[in-house]
Amino acid sequence: MNQWLTMILIVLPVAGALLVAVAPLSAYWLGSFAALVSLVEIGFWITAASRFHYGSPRLQLAQHASWFSDLHVSWHVGMYAFSVWIVGMSVVCMGAATIYGWWVGRDRGRAYFALMLLLTGAVVGVFTSQDLLLFYAFFEAMLIPLYVLIGVWGGADRLRATLTFVVYTVVGSLLMLASIVVLGLREGTFDLTQMHTSHSSLLFLGFLVAFAIKSPLFPFHGWLPITYREAPAEVSGVLSGVVGKAGLYGLLRIAIPIFPAVVADWRGLILALSAASLLYGSLLAFRAPDFRGVVMYSSLAQAGLIGLGLFANNSLGFDGAVLQIVNHGLVSTSLFLLAGMVERRTATRGEFALLGGMARGRPALASLVMIVGIVSLAVPLSTTFAGEFLILAGVFQQGWAWAVLGAIAIVLAAMYMLRAISAVLHQDTGSAVSERATDLRLGELAILVPLVLCLLGLSAWPNLVSGHTLGKTQIERLAK
Amino acid sequence: MIHKPHVDWFALSPSLSLLAAAGLLLMVAVFVPPATRRAVAASTGFAGFVAAGVFAAFLDARSPHVTLLVHDAMIRDRFGALAQVILAGCGAIAVLIAYRERMRDEHVAEYYALLTAAGAGMAFFVQAGNLMTLFLGLEWFSIALYVLTAIDIDLIGSLEAGLKYLVVGAVGSATLLFGSALVYGITGQLSFDKIATAGHTHDAMLVVGLAMIIVGLMFKSSAAPFHMWTPDAYQGAPTPVTAFMSSATKVAALVVTYRVFVSAFPHDVHLWRWAIAIIAVVSLAWGNIGALVQRNVKRILAYSSVSHAGFMLIAIAAANALGERALLYYLIPYSAMSLGAFAVVAARERELGVPVTLQNLAGFGWERPFLGVAMWTFMLGMLGFPLTGGFIGKFYVFAAAYDHGLSWLIVVGVIATMISAYYYLGIIRAMYFRDAAELQLAPAGGSPPRDLFLTLGVFCSLAVTVGSFFAVQPLIDVAHSAANSLPF
Repeated sequence: MNQWLTMILIVLPVAGALLVAVAPLSAYWLGSFAALVSLVEIGFWITAASRFHYGSPRLQLAQHASWFSDLHVSWHVGMYAFSVWIVGMSVVCMGAATIYGWWVGRDRGRAYFALMLLLTGAVVGVFTSQDLLLFYAFFEAMLIPLYVLIGVWGGADRLRATLTFVVYTVVGSLLMLASIVVLGLREGTFDLTQMHTSHSSLLFLGFLVAFAIKSPLFPFHGWLPITYREAPAEVSGVLSGVVGKAGLYGLLRIAIPIFPAVVADWRGLILALSAASLLYGSLLAFRAPDFRGVVMYSSLAQAGLIGLGLFANNSLGFDGAVLQIVNHGLVSTSLFLLAGMVERRTATRGEFALLGGMARGRPALASLVMIVGIVSLAVPLSTTFAGEFLILAGVFQQGWAWAVLGAIAIVLAAMYMLRAISAVLHQDTGSAVSERATDLRLGELAILVPLVLCLLGLSAWPNLVSGHTLGKTQIERLAK
Repeated sequence: MIHKPHVDWFALSPSLSLLAAAGLLLMVAVFVPPATRRAVAASTGFAGFVAAGVFAAFLDARSPHVTLLVHDAMIRDRFGALAQVILAGCGAIAVLIAYRERMRDEHVAEYYALLTAAGAGMAFFVQAGNLMTLFLGLEWFSIALYVLTAIDIDLIGSLEAGLKYLVVGAVGSATLLFGSALVYGITGQLSFDKIATAGHTHDAMLVVGLAMIIVGLMFKSSAAPFHMWTPDAYQGAPTPVTAFMSSATKVAALVVTYRVFVSAFPHDVHLWRWAIAIIAVVSLAWGNIGALVQRNVKRILAYSSVSHAGFMLIAIAAANALGERALLYYLIPYSAMSLGAFAVVAARERELGVPVTLQNLAGFGWERPFLGVAMWTFMLGMLGFPLTGGFIGKFYVFAAAYDHGLSWLIVVGVIATMISAYYYLGIIRAMYFRDAAELQLAPAGGSPPRDLFLTLGVFCSLAVTVGSFFAVQPLIDVAHSAANSLPF
């Protein structure tokens, strides 16, 4: 069974998507079926995580079959310890988003749920594929459902949003395709586990740009504002929480292990870009006039922070980065879902000028915004604090200045997040907040509370993730 | 007593079965009463293409070695047989698409007669072994296509398109003929293998002849800058004819281009490689930039076919084992996507009764979910996205270019793909993203016309497009053994 688990994690949602596309059911039942599939998917992930042998840096739960042999391309999927946690975060967040879509009752349900499930399969594929071409196929496949999810269910300016999003992503991924072709043919195989390290800066650049656009890192974040604002809330949530992580995962799995020499040469520049994302994102979040603006710019900042950890080149940095990828996935999905819930209640687009005073008489909403907000600003004892601490400790070894910049950004995080919390929950009651803006419903709680429980659980035991990823020894064993 | 050459009838069976179908269809036009003529004619045409496909498949299986037939005029090998299988598949799907096309009943049998005759010409063309049969095959299918383009005299622009295609196509044919004459004049040989061994490699006249042959063949492949007829002919022709032209003509022209180069001019590879590489770049640039400004979907697809010719020419320019496989593999999903996309356009056209533009495609994806998803897949496939054979095709083309050290062609291909994202995704946007108020609803009279055959045709195209992504290995094996029969 073990060698099938990873494949099941990829194929189950895709098969579910095909069933949803053709099953003669009403939108409501299609939604409940999609929700069921997401829950079963989480169940399979728990099975996989429980059968995984942590402590071994080898690829596990792997499955290998030749796809076409003359270029040595294969279906090769499997998980390393760090992929287990990232996959777990992805299936949980995708499940939450799918179920939220069902609860909200998105129109054109058949297409919506099929696309959400397809996206789940593609995301898991990205995090588990061990063949360059297969990785690329899943990486591109993520774009297909996202394009339609934003273009059909998005806000008023969605056409421009999809265009911007697609132009950025396609440019990045095609540069990566060129790098993949050249790298694979030079190596004589596309199997990532067989790759030797490479010295080519040009190839590295192809990967770096694609991943930096996806993450996004400064200065490749131009698609971010309009896309995150126009997409439906739960799609923005998975876009920033899960899909963006594909870029960071790509750095972790491909760019850093295969090009160690090039990374060493360019480390200063990449760390500077990461720090710039961190500070610039934090400042923009502080100036953002709406709830989603704060969340999306904070995810730019977080991507920068994770970048600092990844390029710190030591175990502390890597472990912290993996932990922070998991943390931020959960935080970001929760925050975007909360933003969506606030927007729905007030019939606004989350502008702070129209909001305020929502804590009064809405205890569940207030508590959840508060808890997730506090966790996201890395208050001590929270799991994000653990992640950021590890990253800063790691990057400190590269130079104290990086750690100082990171610490400044954490102060900024407190500023922008508290400002957002206060603007939504406290202050005078906003003009858009009426009696009809109810407290969170049971269904919404059922989606959010598990996410928050995951965060609280990780806060109690962050070592579950950061202690089981093997740090630098793992990274060094990813390429020959 | 006249000495008769031995004729291997089995080797010619794909062409002959289509020719027989064409002859039968002319009888159908006269003897079958109008009430049943449409059904009888379409099934005869379909049977002709299926028979040709089956014969070609057998031919592929039973031709492990290359044999020259009829005084070296024809070649029996797996390369030609594989091309014939693809051609027959295109023809069969084109018949399915054409069945419900609004056309005058008195022309319907002639329509299929011309379609099968064009198919027969193409099947003959890909087996051509000397310059004479090359020209014969080219003219054979071209003339059938000229008439097909202009067959629907009720359609605005059809006649004009036919005339344009005729004039420009005739220039192409004449150029090819002139080039052939020069080559014959220098070498004194007609058959490809003897031209190769005649040893006049650096003769200026031979080079001019080669250049003119390239130009003639590029006219048929609709590669830029010899593509001027393409948008007009594709737009003006009845849509099922366009579907057939865009897929089958391209298969025949590109396959023969490669065959002529490697079997007749292997010593001039340094010349034609560069010529083809440059034509590929021009096609990629012109096709993609031209498509950006179009509103008519058939014109967009026409420019897209120019750019795809560019991609496949990259494989020809690489001229290595990987390039051969890339070309043959690429043709399979490309033909399917092209047929399928034009079939969907035909469906919308029949629904609305006007030419399909990005504007009146609005809401189509929601009204006809299956055709919408299919069109979506075809567009993503042409863009080279995963889950379609188009992705693997582009990957192979890039791999072949890199393998021969033509990395700059990868850069050009990547940039071209980036540009093409705009108009391919633009079609998806037009189908799905408009607000409900803007949606174009089906014309008065309720649900759109049911068209089982067209849906079946789209389904087959979809199955090939997606299937070729998963079944890469078997297709590459077939392409590999076909390419091995070439002398290069």
